[in-house]
Amino acid sequence: MRSTPTDVAVRIRGLRKVYGGFAAVDGIDLDIHHGETFALLGPNGAGKSTTVEILEGYRSRTAGEVDVLGVDPAHGGRDWKSRLGIVLQSGGETGLLTVREVLRHFAGLYPNPRPVDEVIAAVGLEAKANTRVAKLSGGQQRRVDVALGIVGRPELLFLDEPTTGFDPEARQQFWELIRSLKAEGTTILLTTHYLDEAAQLADRAGVIAAGRLLDVGGIDEIGGEAARVPLVRWTDAAGEPHEERTDEPGLLVASVVAELGREPDGLEIVRPTLEDVYLDLVRSVTAIDGTTVGADDIAGAVGSQEAVA
Amino acid sequence: MSTNVATQGTSRIGVETRMYFRAPDTLFFTFLFPFVMLAIFTAAFSAAGEVGPPGAEISMGAMYLPAMIASGIFLSGVQNLSIDIALEKSNGTLKRLGGTPLSPVAYFVGKIGQVFVTGTLQALLLILAGWLVLGIDLPTEPEKWFTFVWVFVLGLTTCALIGIALSALPRSGKSAAAVVIPIALILQFISGVYLQWSMLPDWLQNIASVFPLKWIAQGMRSVFLPEGWEALEQNESWNLPGIAIALLVWLVVGLVLSRLTFRWIRRDA
Repeated sequence: MRSTPTDVAVRIRGLRKVYGGFAAVDGIDLDIHHGETFALLGPNGAGKSTTVEILEGYRSRTAGEVDVLGVDPAHGGRDWKSRLGIVLQSGGETGLLTVREVLRHFAGLYPNPRPVDEVIAAVGLEAKANTRVAKLSGGQQRRVDVALGIVGRPELLFLDEPTTGFDPEARQQFWELIRSLKAEGTTILLTTHYLDEAAQLADRAGVIAAGRLLDVGGIDEIGGEAARVPLVRWTDAAGEPHEERTDEPGLLVASVVAELGREPDGLEIVRPTLEDVYLDLVRSVTAIDGTTVGADDIAGAVGSQEAVA
Repeated sequence: MSTNVATQGTSRIGVETRMYFRAPDTLFFTFLFPFVMLAIFTAAFSAAGEVGPPGAEISMGAMYLPAMIASGIFLSGVQNLSIDIALEKSNGTLKRLGGTPLSPVAYFVGKIGQVFVTGTLQALLLILAGWLVLGIDLPTEPEKWFTFVWVFVLGLTTCALIGIALSALPRSGKSAAAVVIPIALILQFISGVYLQWSMLPDWLQNIASVFPLKWIAQGMRSVFLPEGWEALEQNESWNLPGIAIALLVWLVVGLVLSRLTFRWIRRDA
């Protein structure tokens, strides 16, 4: 698919990042369209965080072209940053200020911020608005991180493992919040370990492992047709287990029943979830490469000489 | 368009100052420490009676007041900012700010503004405490107060810049206090803050003269000590031009070093 930078919010071509001879990101091509929610999936150390930090302007790249909202992040200035919202994996320490104070301060840094009380309500912290951030629970602090990421009314929102530490209810509320941001036209790049979260929120997903993009596609297309073919499992009369992929599981079960003349033992029809598809994809790579080395760990150890001036 | 640097800077001064007064450790080790030391020195040496050159004897409290004002300037700038910024580097605060349209200039306006708000309040309260509690006579000549203002402003600006530069030194936020506090303590001992300047041997005075604290302390002594005390200084003079030159040189050094070493993110982050 060819597109010019103006059609897409994020355009990546041939992106590489090498740390001391190790390619943490090894040739990635990707387009993220305006208004879409894109989930970047992959195991720890796959190159996810490195890729996202290059897009955010935190890291330099070794090679390739990157365009984020029409700007090369390596040269992104303050006007560019005012169009982004970044929710990092671990937020900074703003613990001495109250929720409202820190949000009011951050809102003041942006040209067209959302009303502070609206943001506090959106992340469900009304009751804690005048509490110092340090006194909040881990999940509540995470919601402050998210609130800080959206208070500037970003066109493009980066969410790095946003719901780690959330209880199921907070997670549902957070998903609602993301859906409302999406409805307003915000482009969202989500990295997450929770495949159900990606399935709930994302329009498309990309699976990254060993620094390469294994597959990109709609949430219900990724991994290809074959990976989604339902799986039928049963045990035959001799106690032998069977497993067969088929597009017609009903017919297969009918024939098995006809053959046995009774209800088969251990009968299961499984439609692969995103998680199953994802795990198959990632396993295929780890099988080839032996192991997916923790690229981010190596980056830390080598000393990556990163700076944002 | 992002909001302008002046608006951002003012907003930063507000939150920085609020955070300063809400952090119990900076409140004690930076803001209150000179008060505590003034009280201890005054009480400990009260038996010594009056000290100083014949005809210009003063109380121990009066001798220590300018020293503690100098100490406050140094702590508010160097110790406070170097630990504060090192912590902000390691705990992700700087990374987060680096992802917003905050101008780095506004960030530093906030830091230096906080140093000025808290440092000025500290100096005023020290002078008030000396005057009201310890009954120390304050200078009445306007030129003495003029000297106070320029030594204070120049000294505090220089110390703030050195603090920013020094924040690059600690490898982690946790080690910041352990790296910075010994440096600050040693300088205070050899610069005529904790120990009477004229008691120190020449070679130690010469070493101290390389660093800015000695000059700030000397400037403050020139304001608060009576005539006759200049005989106890190097070359028996307050040497105000020397103070100005030394502090200006350190101001430039601090400015260059902080410009060269500051990053939104630690290099090995």
